[in-house]
Amino acid sequence: MEQKIRVLVAKPGLDGHDRGAKVLARAFMDAGMEVIYTGIRRTPEQIAEVAVQEDVDVVALSCLSGAHNTLFPKVVDLLKEKGADDILVMGGGVIPEDDIPFLKEHGISEVFGPGTPLATCVDYIRSHVKKEA
Amino acid sequence: MDVKLGVLAGDTRAVARAITWVENGDPRGAEVIRGVYASTGRAYIVGLTGSPGAGKSTLVSRLAALLAARGQKVGILAVDPSSPFSGGAILGDRVRMFDVALTRDVYIRSMGTRGALGGLNRATRMAARILDAAGFDWIFVETVGAGQAEVDVHDVAYTTAVVMAPGMGDDIQAMKAGIMEIGDLFIINKADHDGADRTATQVESVLQLSMTTGWNPPVLKVSAELNTGIDNVVDTIERHHTHLVASGKLDALKIRMAKLDVLEILKARLADMMKQQLEQPAVQVELEKVASKQSDPYSLADIIFEQSWRNT
Ligand code: B12
Ligand SMILES: Nc1nc2c(ncn2[C@@H]2O[C@H](COP(=O)(O)OP(=O)(O)OP(=O)(O)O)[C@@H](O)[C@H]2O)c(=O)[nH]1
Ligand SMILES: [Mg+2]
Repeated sequence: MEQKIRVLVAKPGLDGHDRGAKVLARAFMDAGMEVIYTGIRRTPEQIAEVAVQEDVDVVALSCLSGAHNTLFPKVVDLLKEKGADDILVMGGGVIPEDDIPFLKEHGISEVFGPGTPLATCVDYIRSHVKKEA
Repeated sequence: MDVKLGVLAGDTRAVARAITWVENGDPRGAEVIRGVYASTGRAYIVGLTGSPGAGKSTLVSRLAALLAARGQKVGILAVDPSSPFSGGAILGDRVRMFDVALTRDVYIRSMGTRGALGGLNRATRMAARILDAAGFDWIFVETVGAGQAEVDVHDVAYTTAVVMAPGMGDDIQAMKAGIMEIGDLFIINKADHDGADRTATQVESVLQLSMTTGWNPPVLKVSAELNTGIDNVVDTIERHHTHLVASGKLDALKIRMAKLDVLEILKARLADMMKQQLEQPAVQVELEKVASKQSDPYSLADIIFEQSWRNT
């Protein structure tokens, strides 16, 4: 039996900064994961629905525009509505230190800012995704 | 969540989980298939193959949108290559399908090839059974961008469409032996570009050389981008379906599909069994003998094969 970690790399909202998301997608692939990338300008509804259809283990939200406080929790809420709150939701991008506690309270498991080594992002997923035997 | 009941009820999360299980070779996937197989056989399965970038994903999303608007439920299985080195993949087909991603009654699933060479994933066949049982009327299977050897889709779909784009005359020559032979229809996409007529003529001339079997594969020009000619594709698929029914070929195909379903399972089991045998400590000594030419690979394979049977 072969388990593969499946990750949705998603860009919610109007933010067009996609370099980080693409770099992450590539890093996750190189780490042996299957990555679905949404492309830019997706709504939280689209992201949650795709996460369910693709049965991903992780949703990786990237936002550099400053709209993370509304968009990230929205994705978490929608996943919960769909009975998919076992999916790990992590976030990153340009996010002020002060916002991190708020995001964590709202179901974002961890937040990664500019300059985070890719290996740190990969290792976080590896150690937090529970794959049943 | 009872996945089997969820699949039968058409629940998205259950369908998605069941596909994950069959993809991973999880025994629970086999249980689901056993439980839902009686409810399969109603969906019409269409394969789309063709060169990388020809517009398969864009076209599938247009077809899905049109059928959904007619009240049909559409499932899409989109296969992209896995990296042979890391085993990972970036599954990019879906990026072209976002227009329909939220349409009710459209389900899209991206799959990596996971080492399979025929243009699909080993579980694509069983994933189609799951969508079928979940009540999807149409299932579209998009292969990886294919050359000539990637013809597995022909074993999964009732109707196979080969998608091409203008400006690939040489490719058509090269494809002659492979995917040119599996097309029930040929779609020249990007007809908004120059050269679509020329490509269509080239395809037609290659097709004239092949034997007729009561169905002459039509060559259609469409633009997925501009959303033109899509209804013609649906009509042609439906005509092909009618032809298969009227000629009795569909029944024959269904028996062939059943056979292939069984073959797929047998192959997986045998491969597991043989791999286990190869890992046995006793076999390592024999492998060294093959390496030092005291034995040969056929003789060792014979021994392992016989022993496996005795052990089961
Ligand atoms: C390059 C860049 C651009 C490029 C974008 C090119 C592209 N296609 O991506 C261009 C020039 C187009 C651009 C445009 C704009 N930009 Co700009 N841009 C930047 C810049 C300099 C670097 C971003 C980048 O690509 N970094 C490299 C990548 C690899 O890093 P990253 O995305 O941060 O990702 C890393 C980590 O953050 C983390 N990560 C990120 N997401 C996630 C998610 C998860 C789950 C995990 C685990 C990790 C993770 O991992 C990555 C690897 O370490 C930043 C400044 C900065 N230093 O961040 C400004 C910046 C983001 N831009 C900014 C602005 C304002 C704009 C514009 C609005 C400017 C304007 N007025 O027109 C436009 C808007 C564009 C749009 N449509 O949204 C501001 C945003 C301000 C804010 N948030 O409050 C910034 C912060 C500059 C600043 N200091 O003011 N920009
Ligand atoms: N001009 C034009 N461009 C098109 C048309 N259909 C698709 N494209 C573009 O062609 C490119 C490839 O389209 P896809 O749908 O991803 O092609 P594909 O065959 O699925 O590609 P792979 O899955 O990577 O093999 C994209 O940039 C599309 O926007 C069309 O009808 N006309
Ligand atoms: Mg594609």
